[in-house]
Amino acid sequence: MLRNEPKITPELVAEHGLKPDEYQRILELIGREPTLTELGIFSAMWNEHCSYKSSKVHLRTLPTQAPWVIQGPGENAGVIDIGDGLAVVFKMESHNHPSYIEPYQGATTGVGGILRDVFTMGARPIACLNALSFGDPSHPKTRHLVSGVVAGIGGYGNSFGVPTVGGQTRFHTRYDGNNLVNAMAVGLARSDSIFYAAASGVGMPIVYLGSKTGRDGIHGASMASAEFGADAEEKRPTVQVGDPFAEKLLLEACLEIMQKDCVIAIQDMGAAGLTCSAVEMGAKGDLGVTLDLDRVPTRETGMSAYEMMLSESQERMLMVLKPEKEKEAEDIFRKWGLDFAIVGETTPSKRFVIRHGGEVMADLPIKELGDEAPVYNRPFVESPKLPVIKPGDVKAPMSAADALLKLVGTPDLCCKRWVWEQYDHIILGNTVQRPGGDAAVVRVEEGPKGLAMTTDVTPRYCEADPFEGGKQAVAEAYRNLSAVGALPLALTDNLNFGNPEKPDIMGQFVGCVRGIAEACKALDFPVVSGNVSLYNETNGRAILPTPTIGGVGLLADFTRSVTLAFKNEGDVIALVGATAGWLGQSLYLRDICGREEGAPPPVDLAAERRHGEAVRELIAAQRINAAHDISDGGLLVALAEMAMASGRGARLDADTGAMPPPAFWFGEDQARYVVTIPPAQADDVLARLRAREVVVRTLGTVTGTALVIAGETPLPVARLQAAFEGWLPAYMAGPAT
Amino acid sequence: MRSAVLVFPGINRERDMARTLKIVSGNETAMVWHADTALPAGTDLVVIPGGFSYGDYLRCGAIAARSPIMDAVRAHAAKGGLVLGVCNGFQILCESGLLPGVLMRNQQLKFICRDVYLRVERSDTPFTRGYNAGQVIRVPVAHGEGNYIADGETIARLESEGRVLFRYASPDGIIDPDWNHNGAINAIAGILNARGNVLGMMPHPENHVERIIGSTDGRGLFAGLVQHFDKAA
Repeated sequence: MLRNEPKITPELVAEHGLKPDEYQRILELIGREPTLTELGIFSAMWNEHCSYKSSKVHLRTLPTQAPWVIQGPGENAGVIDIGDGLAVVFKMESHNHPSYIEPYQGATTGVGGILRDVFTMGARPIACLNALSFGDPSHPKTRHLVSGVVAGIGGYGNSFGVPTVGGQTRFHTRYDGNNLVNAMAVGLARSDSIFYAAASGVGMPIVYLGSKTGRDGIHGASMASAEFGADAEEKRPTVQVGDPFAEKLLLEACLEIMQKDCVIAIQDMGAAGLTCSAVEMGAKGDLGVTLDLDRVPTRETGMSAYEMMLSESQERMLMVLKPEKEKEAEDIFRKWGLDFAIVGETTPSKRFVIRHGGEVMADLPIKELGDEAPVYNRPFVESPKLPVIKPGDVKAPMSAADALLKLVGTPDLCCKRWVWEQYDHIILGNTVQRPGGDAAVVRVEEGPKGLAMTTDVTPRYCEADPFEGGKQAVAEAYRNLSAVGALPLALTDNLNFGNPEKPDIMGQFVGCVRGIAEACKALDFPVVSGNVSLYNETNGRAILPTPTIGGVGLLADFTRSVTLAFKNEGDVIALVGATAGWLGQSLYLRDICGREEGAPPPVDLAAERRHGEAVRELIAAQRINAAHDISDGGLLVALAEMAMASGRGARLDADTGAMPPPAFWFGEDQARYVVTIPPAQADDVLARLRAREVVVRTLGTVTGTALVIAGETPLPVARLQAAFEGWLPAYMAGPAT
Repeated sequence: MRSAVLVFPGINRERDMARTLKIVSGNETAMVWHADTALPAGTDLVVIPGGFSYGDYLRCGAIAARSPIMDAVRAHAAKGGLVLGVCNGFQILCESGLLPGVLMRNQQLKFICRDVYLRVERSDTPFTRGYNAGQVIRVPVAHGEGNYIADGETIARLESEGRVLFRYASPDGIIDPDWNHNGAINAIAGILNARGNVLGMMPHPENHVERIIGSTDGRGLFAGLVQHFDKAA
């Protein structure tokens, strides 16, 4: 018989984030009042983060299959086959709320968690990326948050020993009280030795590995201590503390015991630590699990079962071992100086039983904990359509050259060197294309294959039209990968939204997911892993809808990837894709004209695919020597980025025709690239593109050290570089607030 | 050239270093665990690679410097054997007393990863014979604590004895605070011990040995060492 102390009151249920009808469901499932430990376990398993209760019905619509997909969503990370017996394991996850409360530790534990997701599956991490959204630069907390988050991401990845090769950093007032930290990790494994969470076999030892369990990160740690017991325990901060050194040891030890064939199943302890990992291993394997908490290595004395089951202490793993390999596995962990303890076993009962101090503290049906979590099809309203802004509706307040100079020095478009120089982006010796390009390129082992990776999303498009914005996020990731010559293979999504209980926010979510699904289908670019972060609101104001897409692509020969930098004097500059001069939701309209307005550019997925294929083919055939995706800021910003990356200028004598110059130079029409072609090849390349029904036109020539736009004062590349490089360091050097 | 790369818990550039030694020398490298007490017989070169030994939670390199294997490294150095410490390896050499001075936090108080230019001050050492004196090479740095300092007397001795092998410089080889990213005194990037057989340096030559991955400017250091031992053999 389980002891029910304290008594479960409606207040206690509410403090655990469970709704009255959800609690009713628990009572029906177990046929009695739960213990406090059991209530804690239910709240951990049934919260939004673990159960995906608001998002599940929509996530099911995402395409997740392709011949090269080994494992789609549902495991620690997605897995794709890249040939030669190798698989790529990757996922992106958010750590938004902790990073706002304590930016350094919040960011470190975000990186630590995603790295564990990847090496839990048997992969050695080879790269990290991230996508960061901060509030307006003038907001008093922004500088402090940027500084802490960036140092935290670097602090963890640099010490762990994985290169952080790419990412995004944006600023917008809608993230003022709610910055976003999305971290992505990519690992490499043998495709025939991927490790999964599902336990198998009855009576198998369950082993606890890694760091000790403490009181950090316990859900509801702010609850009155009297309800936990009489001891006057001091209150602990709820943000976990990352230890990259422990994680590096855990990585090496895990990979070593995997190689020695000791492991049946493995699961990292992330959100809701011991609870979530043990339930998943049992439920996925149709087995029960019994845990004896007296054997769990703890950092402090007097921890209750409740605290141990809900602790989110970092750098821990749970593993089902082959019994005959116990000694061998233990020796490996001891060698690395890590805790190793057998804390339980698998049972035939399909029950989740927790013992502590000689008492049964929880006895729950394991399948129902996961499978019977509430699922909501929440009401939603579609976002209203915004009017289309025509090229002629926008008057130019300044010359194109002046607007360009201003744009490259804005918070969103400026160089993020200040950020990525704090990340070791070269360790492991395989970084072919470093941060600052369309996508990072990393050599696979000794080559010749290479992987390209990117993170992308345009939240202002998603806000203005969730469906088109969702499409665009996928299309831009596809374009980023294509621009370096990589075939896009699969993506991970990190869906950051506000409160799903508000129909308009739910409408943003549903619209974005529909858009993502449509683009994935059209581009053969399936979703293999992901994460949902809801309730990103402060004082009733939601963040911009931010479905970050992390894309991975494959290069058959990494030496053939191209960068965006202009290469040679005299190269012909060509624009791939049609220009309608779309200024709605453009950065020109926002940052030059002060108008955040209009419908965002529509995304023609057939054109995206056609143009992407054409560019990749030209790169593989070594017919073009630079390529760059056109996105934020439009054509002229893309050209400026190519110039700044090389120090070379260009003569741009393109005839803009009847189109007003701002629309031509700064419109954000999709499915476009700038490429440069050696002059002797230009006619042939243009003919090849036209033969594939790709719209293409020449814009001018790479020459000199200034951008010379017909009819405007020449703009020295050095001046552009000064504006581009200047903003972020100057901002960060500003006074602390 | 028979080389041994030391592995302390938290070291993370050991694979980069072993791969580079293989690429340049053609030989496999022995990986030596911190708890071992002896180097493999016949070791020519001991390398202490970069990383965050023991998390660098104490002073960088302080715990590793007291590991069992370090007695064997001291003995190797005392016999005139060559020792190369890069980044955390340099910090460990300073902490172990094999090199003078200390590496403080970067002047900007931030971790910095970027390519830097080094002026090679001498070419008449086993470590730099692959370069010309005055040559400028481009190699990456990746550290938060690389700001070299020692007392005035030590610095004066290092300088007068020609024991500064690498200095941060402009691409034209000019010593200039703008090109000294961590604020090291006299722009010191790498130093020798008095006997000339132990080198510590902050930059990572092992990460620039292939044209397609950065540059080949770091290759000279390893190629020079291979020549040194070939000649000796």
